[in-house]
Amino acid sequence: MIVMRSEERTIESGPEGEAAIEVRVARREALGVALATSAYGISFGALAVASGFDVWQTCVLSLLMFTGGSQFAFVGVIGAGGLAAAPAAIASALLLGVRNVAYGMRMSPVIGRGAARRALAAPFTIDESTAVSLAQRSPRARRVGFWITGVGIYLGWNLTTLLGALLGDVLGDPKTYGLDAAAAAAFLALLWPRLRKRQAIAVGIAAAAVATVLTPVLIPGLPVLVAAFVAIVVGWFNWFAPRVAVRAPGEGAA
Amino acid sequence: MTLWNAVLLAAIGCLALKGAGYLVPASVLEAPRPARITDLLTVALLAALVAVQTLAAGPHIVVDARVPALLVAAGLLLLRQSFLVVVIAAAVVAALLRLLGWAA
Repeated sequence: MIVMRSEERTIESGPEGEAAIEVRVARREALGVALATSAYGISFGALAVASGFDVWQTCVLSLLMFTGGSQFAFVGVIGAGGLAAAPAAIASALLLGVRNVAYGMRMSPVIGRGAARRALAAPFTIDESTAVSLAQRSPRARRVGFWITGVGIYLGWNLTTLLGALLGDVLGDPKTYGLDAAAAAAFLALLWPRLRKRQAIAVGIAAAAVATVLTPVLIPGLPVLVAAFVAIVVGWFNWFAPRVAVRAPGEGAA
Repeated sequence: MTLWNAVLLAAIGCLALKGAGYLVPASVLEAPRPARITDLLTVALLAALVAVQTLAAGPHIVVDARVPALLVAAGLLLLRQSFLVVVIAAAVVAALLRLLGWAA
C-alpha cells in the first residue's frame, strides 16, 4: 500500500552493528504489520459466511487466494449476485490480483535466484510484505521484512478467517451488525492510501460513478468490471497526468 | 458452475498471478504504460466496489445506513486511523442506526 520506487538505493555492506540493527528494525516492522493486518481477517471470515460461503470455502479462500482485496471482492460480488455472478466475481478477484504481478517483479531480486525459493515466495507476495520489504534498506533486511510479514500475515489471517467464519455462522443476519457497511469501509480503507495523485483520484471518482450508474442496468458484478475500463482508458492515454511530469527535472518532487 | 468450482478457480488464478510476477522480466514494469494501468486498475476496482457495496441492493440504488457509516469511515481515514478501527466503526454506526430505526 506504500508507493514503491524502483530507484531506491540499497546499502550493499556496512559495519556489522548497523546491519544487525537494520535487520532488527525490519523484524519489528514486519511483526507490527502482520499483527494489525491479521486482525481484520475476522471481518473477512464473517462477511464470507454472510455472503453464502460455508466455513470450509471461506478458509480455502484465505489459504489459497490469500490476497485481501481479491477475497473481499470475490465474496462481495457473490453475496450480491449469487452463483449467477460467479464469472464476474472471479474476474473481479483476478483483476484485483494483477497488482501482485507487479509486486512479484519487484520482489524477485530481493528473494534471489532459484525456482524453489521463488515458488515458495509467490504465495506470500502481497501488498504488505512488498511494502515492508521495500521500506528496508539493506538486501538482508528486505528479505527478512518480506518473509516475516508474508508468513506472519498468512498464519494470522488464516486463523482469524476461521474465527470470523465460525462467529459469522452464529451471528445471523449480517445487516443487524452492520457487516455490509463494514465491507464498504474495508474497500475504502484499501483504496485510501492509493488516492495521493490527481490521476488516481480522477479514476476513483469516475469508476465509482460508472459502477453506480450501471448497477440498475447490468447483473451484479458486471458494473465493477466495466468500471475497470476507466483505468485502462485513462492509463493508456495518460489523462490527468501528474503535473510534475511536464516540469523540468528537479523542479518538483513526485 | 458450483460455488466450490468458483472458489478454486478464483483462488488458483490469483495464486498464479503472484507467481507470474517472478517470471516476467523487470523491463516490462519499467515501461510507463503497463505500470500506470496496473496501478490505476486497482484504484478503479476498489472505488467501484466501494460504490456498489455502499449503494447497491440487488439491481437497485438505495441510500440506507451504509452511507452515513461510510462517511464516518472516510472521516476516520482522514484522521489516519487504522484499518481495523475504520472497519469496526462503520459496522457500529450502521448497526446503531438500524437499531434506533433511524435508517434502513
